[in-house]
Amino acid sequence: MTAPPVHKTFKLYINGKFPRSESGRTLPLFDPKQKSEIPLTQIARGSRKDVRDAAQAARKAFAGWSAAVPLLRGQILHRMAELLDSRGREFEEYLTFYCGATPARAEAEVEAAADRLLWYAGWCDKLAQLYGTVNPVVGPYFNFSMPEPTGVVCAFAPPKPALLGLVSLLAPILVPGNTVVCVVPLEAAPIAVTLAEVCATSDLPAGVLNIVTGDPDELMPHASVHREFDGNFLVSSQAEVVRDIEAAAANHVKRQLTVPAHAPAWWHKSDAQDVRWMQAFLEIKTAWHTMGQ
Amino acid sequence: MTRVQESSDPRVEPKRPVHPLAAPPESWDYATSIEDASLANLRDRYDLWIDGEWVKPAKKLWFESINPSTEQTLSEVAHAGPTDVDKAVRAARRALPGWRDMPASHRARILFAVSRLLQERSRELAVLETLDNGKPIRESRDVDVVLAAQHFFYYAGWTDKLDHVLPAGRKAEPIGVCGQVIPWNFPLLMAAWKLAPALAGGNTCVLKPAETTSLTALRLAEILEEAGVPPGVVNIVTGAGETGAALVNHPDVDKIAFTGSTDVGKLIQKSLAGTGKRLTLELGGKAAHLIFDDAPLDQAVEGIIQGIYFNQGQVCCAGSRLLVQESVERQLIDLLLARMQNIRVGNPLDKNTDLGAINSEEQLAKIESYLEIGEHEGATRRGPQCELPASGYWCAPTLFTGVTPTMRIATEEIFGPVLSVLTFRTPDEAIEKANNSLYGLSAGIWSDKGSKVFRMIEKLRAGVVWANTYNKFDASSPFGGYKESGFGREGGWHGLFPYLK
Repeated sequence: MTAPPVHKTFKLYINGKFPRSESGRTLPLFDPKQKSEIPLTQIARGSRKDVRDAAQAARKAFAGWSAAVPLLRGQILHRMAELLDSRGREFEEYLTFYCGATPARAEAEVEAAADRLLWYAGWCDKLAQLYGTVNPVVGPYFNFSMPEPTGVVCAFAPPKPALLGLVSLLAPILVPGNTVVCVVPLEAAPIAVTLAEVCATSDLPAGVLNIVTGDPDELMPHASVHREFDGNFLVSSQAEVVRDIEAAAANHVKRQLTVPAHAPAWWHKSDAQDVRWMQAFLEIKTAWHTMGQ
Repeated sequence: MTRVQESSDPRVEPKRPVHPLAAPPESWDYATSIEDASLANLRDRYDLWIDGEWVKPAKKLWFESINPSTEQTLSEVAHAGPTDVDKAVRAARRALPGWRDMPASHRARILFAVSRLLQERSRELAVLETLDNGKPIRESRDVDVVLAAQHFFYYAGWTDKLDHVLPAGRKAEPIGVCGQVIPWNFPLLMAAWKLAPALAGGNTCVLKPAETTSLTALRLAEILEEAGVPPGVVNIVTGAGETGAALVNHPDVDKIAFTGSTDVGKLIQKSLAGTGKRLTLELGGKAAHLIFDDAPLDQAVEGIIQGIYFNQGQVCCAGSRLLVQESVERQLIDLLLARMQNIRVGNPLDKNTDLGAINSEEQLAKIESYLEIGEHEGATRRGPQCELPASGYWCAPTLFTGVTPTMRIATEEIFGPVLSVLTFRTPDEAIEKANNSLYGLSAGIWSDKGSKVFRMIEKLRAGVVWANTYNKFDASSPFGGYKESGFGREGGWHGLFPYLK
């Protein structure tokens, strides 16, 4: 006789911990493949207070993560790829069970997601050489420019591809040293929380990546006006949502990157593995130093 | 000509022994050396520059452009309404294929020619800029016009090398029609900053100068024509805020570039929400200027003066928040006040003048309101008592001591010759205070210790950091802000990104 499975609770990921929503709310996740009255599981329904807590954690983590040597950031992202790969069967199972992917598609998605993480991991200690310059100014000055992270970014994840979308969103934010709060819709929540477990065991410092699952329509208006966020990465094709988020971003001159939903980009390596995704949340700092005696 | 005079005002420091270099002999004086205003060759009235022609504004409205140092009218400038802006955008759209698809080497020749013509006509342009803006001729001659020419030269050279720009090795394409709105503090230079990279990238432009300083941009139109820039590639629409709004909100503009106040920048960002138009913003600042106790103080004093009184402090990156290490505060303020005695305020056309006129009555009123606010907040206002010209808009160089970090004069952009002095004890406190601002455009550091300088450069959250110098600019050097000081860079390789896709 086989034992019933141990029930798994999908919670939030804030400041390196897995709390339930402070609101105590959950949302039922139903089977995407067939109509059923019985939900597959319950997902934590994050509140605006959860987003605030996550934003604070991300702000606190920014100093350390942005100052970490690029080699360390690269190794941590590599570690995330290691763990994503070693838990590949679990991700595949979840992609088929919770997200309705075919087994073949799920397998391809996990492989692509690991590849993508590795691709980005390798950029950490090269970004400064890609975007850095020594500028030949007129006069006796040593003048150079270098990339620096923007700060705390709020990412609004797409419902699918749940894993590949999430990795493609988060990796380019993390590479230069930004920290992130990711608002995840119900459909992608089991995958996001499992990815959080990968993060939690990859030496990614607490607060660098935070995940708030729930109803994006409820959370977006609050997250988009939060002044703790220096930038938004939005995946949406809803004209009204895009306009509202972009208008709210103007209140604090936030850096805004908007991508249409279901962007085929995530599946196309040449498109998704492109430095422009990292460029969105980079600042270029120029320093002048007098040369003399 | 005006002279800096000893004051009986109790707020002004009594003379006390200071550094020998800071105390000139009593008899020392300058002979006036006034540049010839007629070199500006002004017309009585300027129309709009659209599609390679001077076009009268649809509503037949013109406004006066005045010399802020005399309040005399220089000329009349057309007021462009939505109809005129539409006409300009259409002209830019029509001109796009021809300009974009022209052999790149031909575009390069034309842009190089613009640079050379700016150099050839530099004296005329400097006089015109000084008349229209009020800045000292020394600055318009040695900074504005020189850098404007350098910008065109630098980007002209990129024109036929665009496939080397984008990191991913993508083929570079222009964005399309660019709407560019520029401020009044460096009128010609800002026009060059906007136009040169856009044109090098194969874009076409509609430029809206600030309403108080349209004249050098209109003169630039003549130069562009003479250099062979085809009709419609650059269009210049003059007017005030509503002209800018018509341009920003025009549906057929692909990209907006704006330099100006953070408030207006936010309005523009908001109005572009959901439109898919590209945007770069270069907005306000409240730069921290850090003086450590191991700094070469005599040189630092020159840097501080240059940092806050250059262009009457009407500079977005002005070093307006001086942070001095406590142990050298007293000594530094003494040196500064003594040095301020030697700042010559007066006729901007005089080659000896250090501090010219404030650009407009409105700006002067804003600066004066901050002088009152500072005193009201409990800071101590200090500086030489200058005899200021009877007409025109003038503000004597000023500094406030006893400033605390939460005062409005320590947090808000004044955009005038007003320095707020604060102190710190440790490098960490300096970093914290410096970064405690909504802005992040620029910062300065003075220290003789290299390792400390580089740590400060790393920790300061600002787009430009000057170490042992201040307010230096170069066409090859990217400039732009962090946080609410905007996004996107102008100058250098990075300055091409906003104009290519």
